[in-house]
Amino acid sequence: MAVGVRTQDLRKVYSTAPPLGAAGLFIARADAKGGKQPKTQIPALDGLSLDILPGEIFGLLGPNGAGKSTTIGVLTTRVRPTSGQAWIGEHDVWKEQTRVKHLIGVVPQRPNLDFSLTAREILIFHAAYFGIGSKQRNERADALLARFKLTERANQMVRGFSGGMMQRLSIARAMMHDPQVLFLDEPSAGLDPQTRILLWEIIREYHQTGRTVLLTTHNMEEADTVCQRLAIIDHGHVIALGTPARLKASIPGGFLLRLRFGNQTADLLQRLQLLAGVREVRAADSTGADVYADRGGSLIPEIASLAANSGAELSDVHISEPSLENLFLHHTGRSLRD
Amino acid sequence: MNWKAFAAMLARDAHVARRNAIQLFLQTFLQPLLFVFIFGRVMVGSGYLPAAYKSLLLPGIIAISMVFTGIWAVAMPLIAEFQWTREIEDRLLAPIGVAWIAIEKVIAGMLQALVAGLIVIPLAWLVLRPGVEISIGAPWTFAGVIVLVATFSACGGLALGCSINQQHIGLMFGMVITPMIFFGCTYYPWSALKTFPILQKAVLINPLVYASEGLRATLVPQFPHLSIKVVLMALLLFDLVLLVVGLRQFEKKAVS
Ligand SMILES: Nc1ncnc2c1ncn2[C@@H]1O[C@H](COP(=O)(O)OP(=O)(O)OP(=O)(O)O)[C@@H](O)[C@H]1O
Ligand SMILES: [Mg+2]
Repeated sequence: MAVGVRTQDLRKVYSTAPPLGAAGLFIARADAKGGKQPKTQIPALDGLSLDILPGEIFGLLGPNGAGKSTTIGVLTTRVRPTSGQAWIGEHDVWKEQTRVKHLIGVVPQRPNLDFSLTAREILIFHAAYFGIGSKQRNERADALLARFKLTERANQMVRGFSGGMMQRLSIARAMMHDPQVLFLDEPSAGLDPQTRILLWEIIREYHQTGRTVLLTTHNMEEADTVCQRLAIIDHGHVIALGTPARLKASIPGGFLLRLRFGNQTADLLQRLQLLAGVREVRAADSTGADVYADRGGSLIPEIASLAANSGAELSDVHISEPSLENLFLHHTGRSLRD
Repeated sequence: MNWKAFAAMLARDAHVARRNAIQLFLQTFLQPLLFVFIFGRVMVGSGYLPAAYKSLLLPGIIAISMVFTGIWAVAMPLIAEFQWTREIEDRLLAPIGVAWIAIEKVIAGMLQALVAGLIVIPLAWLVLRPGVEISIGAPWTFAGVIVLVATFSACGGLALGCSINQQHIGLMFGMVITPMIFFGCTYYPWSALKTFPILQKAVLINPLVYASEGLRATLVPQFPHLSIKVVLMALLLFDLVLLVVGLRQFEKKAVS
């Protein structure tokens, strides 16, 4: 029986104290006028609700600071939400923490391997924390080390591992106790292309055994090929949700033409809108425009002559085909890579 | 409470301690033994200090070794693990209540402090010999004192380790540890402070005072010392307060 994941109206506001001493005494003096510096309030989640089905591979997509890691933190007992609720299966994460910790495996965004141990010991002790018997944990450790191509390094301290090796070991560790729900926060960051493909294979395999997987990524290909459903989040809430195919189909027209002019006029934008096949035109800062359309390259001559007629010379064109990247741009007005 | 997870965490700490045994050994015993050598052998041998000082010094040295082993064993890994390596996260995700992870740290620290105490006694005795007169008249009281001292050091390590930032480690030593040693009645009995009445009262907030005096009362009762009842009560109180504070700080750090 697979286990689902659900959150309801999660909010999280981090409050961080100002740094001790230095800033308070010397720098901030001038403007703080000797008063006590207030804590900084950083809103990270703003009413985030998700419903991840049992046995699903679900992806969270969003720009830096969108709240992806915070969402994972709340679901894995590491970040206490300011309000709202989260469940793993039927267990409330913040009421039945120990029960929940049994069910989940977590690969954090920042590596947190035990630097006092060797790779193999890390896996073995992890399994021991979960009460797995010694014979079984040795077998599993060997199998996972082989699967992640770490057998040769098994008895070395992880201090000397490369970033990608640490990442692989982190993923292996999260799988050691065979959790029902696997959380992977940017699992493919820092992996080389082959290893990334290996990881995708492992995730799919794991999923075949009836497990639920929640991952975050900035990689469009990963979101597209691995995830069954995606949520795009920005500023702490979900702005689009669905299968990759359906999300892509929701981009008006599908093609995105990013145009740049010498000087642009409101009039020009209106006339672009009237071209056959153009679905939506958006001004992008003062010299550019994003055109969503049903066709790509065949629009260019028409756009060029339109621009020439209105005295705004077309200086740059970039055409992209339907993709999650466009989708993201469409919903947030920002590119994922910005 | 999940005993399997708890035992596995203890096993992990034991494993790491065994791996770092030599380093731990030097770190724990080098300084106290040098001190014992200079004051107990050189100063006494050359007649600047009376021969009886050897016996007076020993309990203080045991107290210092135990207390600093316990504090160090708990506080330093916690500071590093919460801030740099985040390696504690793996244990925070183990299926066990968060407070038990802190308690496991305390138990591991206590054990190390006890081992330190039990090793430093014969070592110091070897360095000081001949002329040390120690006698354990009341073995159960002695056991009670060293267990309470070990607990206080480990709980103190927990409280300090969860309250201090990595960049303030130096400050911790300068502002907390050093004054604690010098005002801890380690190199002199508490009664020696009677010519400084205010200081004599003030040092009573220093838990190391009770550790040194308690060991003095049970190992070298021939010297003046605080009453053993007061010592036991005070140590118990410090144990409880530091444990409560430490657990609260730990839970605060564990969840953001
Ligand atoms: N421990 C913390 N203390 C204070 N603020 C935090 C903390 N963790 C995250 N934040 C803030 O919360 C917001 C969301 O951060 P989060 O790490 O969830 O983003 P993310 O979507 O995972 O981003 P990235 O793609 O960079 O990993 C950010 O503004 C961040 O500064
Ligand atoms: Mg993140």
